[in-house]
Amino acid sequence: MNKRQITITSLTLFAVALTALMGVGVVNAAGNPNPFNRLFVPPKERDTALKNDKIHDPSVPGLKLLQQPKEAFAPLPGSIGGNYINWVQALNKGLIKPHFDHLDASKEALSMDLVIVMEVKGSMPNVAFPHKEHTVWLECTNCHDSIFKPLKGANPMSMAEIMLGQKCGVCHGSVAFPVTECRRCHTESKKTAKK
Amino acid sequence: MSSRSPRFGVLHQSNITMFFFSLALSFMLLAGGLFGSEARAEYGDIVLNNYSDKNGIRPVIFPHWFHRMRYACKSCHSDIGFPFKAGGSKVNMLNIISGEYCGACHNGQIAWSVENCDLCHSALPNTPTQVHNSVLRAPK
Ligand code: HEC
Ligand code: HEC
Ligand code: HEC
Ligand code: HEC
Ligand code: HEC
Ligand code: HEC
Repeated sequence: MNKRQITITSLTLFAVALTALMGVGVVNAAGNPNPFNRLFVPPKERDTALKNDKIHDPSVPGLKLLQQPKEAFAPLPGSIGGNYINWVQALNKGLIKPHFDHLDASKEALSMDLVIVMEVKGSMPNVAFPHKEHTVWLECTNCHDSIFKPLKGANPMSMAEIMLGQKCGVCHGSVAFPVTECRRCHTESKKTAKK
Repeated sequence: MSSRSPRFGVLHQSNITMFFFSLALSFMLLAGGLFGSEARAEYGDIVLNNYSDKNGIRPVIFPHWFHRMRYACKSCHSDIGFPFKAGGSKVNMLNIISGEYCGACHNGQIAWSVENCDLCHSALPNTPTQVHNSVLRAPK
């Protein structure tokens, strides 16, 4: 080896070491082509810090004052998608107490207990639409008639439509638990319906 | 020795190539590493940028998760009149200081008032109006 070769080799090593120092994850990626989770990031390892969320500007002074989702969500029951929070349980357990009216904190929701079972094509269990879990958050007019006609069977729907943000997907895909949580909508066994 | 070996030149060349290759590779891996563990904004976060960029101020971030812990959907989507569409209300500063939309609460009575510009105007410049949502949903 001559001097030049040594210089180049050491520069190469330096470049690699530098990049390695810049991110430990990179070392893993470089060292092991078969990490256990390649595409999937387990919920607990998700980086939810506002300064890294790619929409907040890390240079804004006010960012320090804003609440971190991780901190707010710590006491709430988890789920497998969306905010990774089960908002239904959080509310039922009294862990959150959202006001139903922004001017009158004592006003309570007039919830309605009416379940509509929707028969589903194929192997998936039927869908049970519970009015109760909705009317604690929403008013009748939020859905009737702008999204759904208030008549059983009068609103033909498909999963494809829902995933595109129509019907149930107006909320279940942007604010309420997302479509990935299949089992929370497809709850009704078909066996009872077929008999 | 170096002049004697014809292979040396080749090795030498490939060493330079190797240097640049590994440099490029390292940066690709770094980018890949960041990409792989890509952090996403919290589900339901809304960016409003109908007017902000045009008026030289950072776009607004509205955190749904934070507000829904304090208010039912009905108070904003019925009483205050926000539509179920990001950017749909065309809210601006004049509405807000007149007590409409965000100003129905951010008025120094119910919640902190408008002088805290950067608590609302906290987005990276040029972030388009959007809602951070499920990966399954087609982008708008
Ligand atoms: C129904 C009432 C209400 C409306 C409407 C409302 N907010 Fe708020 N907002 C609040 C309350 C209450 C807080 C908490 C104040 C506190 O922590 O002292 C808050 C806090 C915030 C925060 C800070 C969150 C944190 O991390 O502390 C931001 C940002 C915000 N609001 C933005 C907005 C924007 C933008 C709008 C309009 C698109 C809006 N809000 C509309 C009631 C409201
Ligand atoms: C989250 C949206 C949503 C809200 C809020 C909501 N509904 Fe419904 N409602 C539905 C859906 C979905 C159906 C089923 C329609 C179908 O089967 O096609 C339905 C069906 C109905 C039906 C028809 C029942 C039948 O047997 O034909 C009535 C009546 C009704 N709703 C009344 C109400 C009332 C009253 C409220 C307010 C207290 C309310 N709804 C709130 C979504 C909603
Ligand atoms: C206007 C908004 C909206 C629409 C439209 C809507 N939902 Fe919901 N839904 C919610 C909210 C908010 C919750 C509370 C849970 C949450 O936010 O994750 C909820 C909860 C539920 C739950 C309760 C889950 C549980 O764990 O108990 C079911 C089931 C459900 N929705 C099914 C449906 C179906 C099926 C449709 C379409 C026919 C629909 N929803 C349409 C907003 C909506
Ligand atoms: C927000 C509630 C909701 C969630 C979450 C949900 N579905 Fe559905 N699904 C429905 C409704 C409503 C229908 C239509 C029922 C009808 O025909 O009236 C449906 C229909 C279907 C059908 C029948 C074919 C079709 O397109 O109509 C399949 C299959 C299906 N869903 C699979 C899934 C799978 C897989 C998941 C999870 C990735 C899922 N669903 C999550 C509400 C939901
Ligand atoms: C409660 C949240 C909130 C606060 C606090 C706030 N804004 Fe805004 N501002 C908004 C929203 C929402 C818009 C509309 C965003 C859009 O669509 O581009 C807006 C738009 C603007 C615009 C562009 C359009 C217009 O209406 O002129 C300017 C400029 C602006 N704000 C300046 C300010 C300044 C300066 C402050 C502090 C004195 C401030 N804002 C505080 C929410 C807020
Ligand atoms: C504090 C006020 C506030 C509360 C509470 C609130 N929202 Fe919103 N929501 C907004 C604002 C602001 C927008 C943006 C509308 C605009 O730009 O005009 C929005 C937009 C939406 C959208 C449209 C997103 C898209 O796909 O474009 C949906 C769906 C929605 N909200 C559902 C809900 C549900 C469900 C709840 C209750 C669990 C809720 N919101 C609670 C203020 C609120």
